[in-house]
Amino acid sequence: MLSIKNLHVSVGDKPILKGINLEIKAGEIHAIMGPNGSGKSTLSHVLSGKGGYTVTAGSATYQGKDLLEMAPETRAREGVFLAFQYPVEIPGVSNIYLLKAALNSIRKHNGQSEVDAMDFLTLVKDKVRLLEMDEKFLYRAVNEGFSGGEKKRNEILQMAILEPKLCIMDETDSGLDIDALKIVSEGVNSLRSPERSFVMVTHYQRLLDYIKPDFVHVLAHGQIVKSGGADLALELEEKGYGWVEEAVA
Amino acid sequence: MNTATASRYAAEYQTIASALPGKNLPWLQALRAQALTEFSAQGFPSPREEEWRYTNVSGIEKKLFSPSISLNVDEVDAEWLTSVQLEDAWVLVLVNGHFSAELSVLDGLPEAVSVMSMADALAKQPNTVEKYLGKAVDQSEHGFIAFNTAWFTDGLFVHVSAKMVLDRPIQVLHVVTCVDQMATTRNIIIADDMAEVKVIETFISRDGVYAASQSGTGAAISRDGVYAASLSGTGAVVGSNNAYLTAAVTEVFVGQNADVTLYKLQSESEKAYHFGGSYIKQARDARFTHHNFAFGGLLARSDIHVDLDHASECELNGLYLGVKRQHIDNHTRINHLKPHAISRELYKGVLDDRARGVFQGRVIVAEDAQKTDSQMNNRNLLLSDDAEVDTKPQLEIYADDVKCAHGVTVGQLDEKSIFYLQSRCVDEETARNMLTFAFANEMVDKIKIKSLHDRVLEQVLARFPQQGVNKEWL
Ligand SMILES: Nc1ncnc2c1ncn2[C@@H]1O[C@H](COP(=O)(O)OP(=O)(O)OP(=O)(O)O)[C@@H](O)[C@H]1O
Ligand SMILES: [Mg+2]
Repeated sequence: MLSIKNLHVSVGDKPILKGINLEIKAGEIHAIMGPNGSGKSTLSHVLSGKGGYTVTAGSATYQGKDLLEMAPETRAREGVFLAFQYPVEIPGVSNIYLLKAALNSIRKHNGQSEVDAMDFLTLVKDKVRLLEMDEKFLYRAVNEGFSGGEKKRNEILQMAILEPKLCIMDETDSGLDIDALKIVSEGVNSLRSPERSFVMVTHYQRLLDYIKPDFVHVLAHGQIVKSGGADLALELEEKGYGWVEEAVA
Repeated sequence: MNTATASRYAAEYQTIASALPGKNLPWLQALRAQALTEFSAQGFPSPREEEWRYTNVSGIEKKLFSPSISLNVDEVDAEWLTSVQLEDAWVLVLVNGHFSAELSVLDGLPEAVSVMSMADALAKQPNTVEKYLGKAVDQSEHGFIAFNTAWFTDGLFVHVSAKMVLDRPIQVLHVVTCVDQMATTRNIIIADDMAEVKVIETFISRDGVYAASQSGTGAAISRDGVYAASLSGTGAVVGSNNAYLTAAVTEVFVGQNADVTLYKLQSESEKAYHFGGSYIKQARDARFTHHNFAFGGLLARSDIHVDLDHASECELNGLYLGVKRQHIDNHTRINHLKPHAISRELYKGVLDDRARGVFQGRVIVAEDAQKTDSQMNNRNLLLSDDAEVDTKPQLEIYADDVKCAHGVTVGQLDEKSIFYLQSRCVDEETARNMLTFAFANEMVDKIKIKSLHDRVLEQVLARFPQQGVNKEWL
């Protein structure tokens, strides 16, 4: 699904990612952990096409295509979804409109016709129920005035409706209370399928209790310094990041 | 100051003076004579005057716009007129500055309300007019006000008696059909104590609409479509090539605990010059709301000056959309004269191409005006490198116990927001349009009258002609 090879990324003159290698196969769940400022969000952003970063070396191949060549919206239409660490408020654009516009542009990209209005509403309401959200959120401006937790839930609502192939979740669990975490995790688990892969950036083992990863990677100073199975997260929780960082240095 | 121009106008004045309304009223004759003297001495305002620093009206001086002497409705297409009238309002129509009873819709007004032309008011209730005319504005302040006082041919007169709540709005349509002429109107709105009234001033050129609909650019003629067409024209602007001058002055008197809402919708033609001043005097506990939509004209200047008495409240909203070489200047002044008054102001501008916007907002808090609560904001989006805005908020505070805030932003669209939308499959251009439209629409959404809201929305949408900007976004 996604193959990242020796990826180097800078902001201005400052190197941030220093040779990332990562292979993600269809159906896998990869957790990325690591200290603040290690480059986790940078990796998520570069994969989804945010501007302001310079790729100085390496490649990212998504479903056999050069991901880094594509416009952000093309990546999204091809099935790459980023759940933002800090979702952006878009005053004046309604949540439900954005959902519909996004879904239709994916369908168009895939040569399908626009979604039927009734089917769309049924689908949306279904997912709203799944995430135990209030339907009123649909008719509010995107993220405007939402609490931190509501914003995160809204990201997962979008993900559930758009059914992407590669879901990149940047600290979706941060700022969620335990009940919300359970609901969001159930939402994510319901999306698991052999065709869909997940990259979950997180600081907390807690999330991984609900969504069991196939692999855990530690990102430090712009490099993946250790990879392992689900157990690695437990070890990190216990010992912190110091020992992995030291092992590399 | 260009006194040569002023004296050319003054010479012309003699030829029309006898046709102006109120010529049998000595007080008005004296006022007009004084105004003419003042105008002859100072001419139109010059950029050397601080409050006209960013706006050069020499284009008006180069032309000699002549007054239209009498009413001529031949040029007004009835169907078009219907399309610009609000269906749920009383409508008073002025054509080139002259009232047309035939085109107006004024039947069924309650007895406690007078809505008539200024000429009628001068004939029927001269004493009331005398009591108010020139009392909310200082005609020596600048040349346009003096000019208006000397030249006005007609206007709107509204008087709502105490406690009367008018549920339907009053729309005054300032229609211009003539080339190289001027429409000079003087308008008075009086709300006695505890009265409530909503007035919509629409400045519109018939030619703009015709030019656009005849060339067939985007002129899907639904009721709203006509409005839209007048803006879409060729590309994004106001459609017509007609140069003319609008010089309108509106004085508003809001009685104790009364409530007045004034909407101004300025959609003049592409070559038109527009000066429109609104001067508001609020009594104790009075409320006043102004919505100023400036879309048209080659050069358009609005003055909105408010005097606040004890515990009165005013809200000033503005949206200016400039394209091509349009120059749009909004000048607001809020005088907190007495304690406990509240003012809220938000002006937003979207400027594209080589358009230039000016915002000058003054808030003056008198020594006596303790506990003043004032907020002023001006936000601008510049969509092209050649677009420009000059924004100058000014707080002059002479009291010590007040809460005053002001803020200004001039910028481009937020890149984070654009990326967020792109990450949700929206292409970059559409994302930009969505954000721009949403920015402007905040002001449209403040309109409480549905029929007006929908029309203004159409006009804003028409500013995004190519990109499939969509009402469903909201
Ligand atoms: N636009 C930018 N300009 C300068 N430095 C940047 C920029 N974006 C990121 N950085 C720097 O790159 C490094 C990695 O940032 P990034 O946001 O990717 O970290 P992170 O691992 O997501 O951290 P956190 O756990 O706090 O979310 C940090 O040192 C950050 O300051
Ligand atoms: Mg981060």
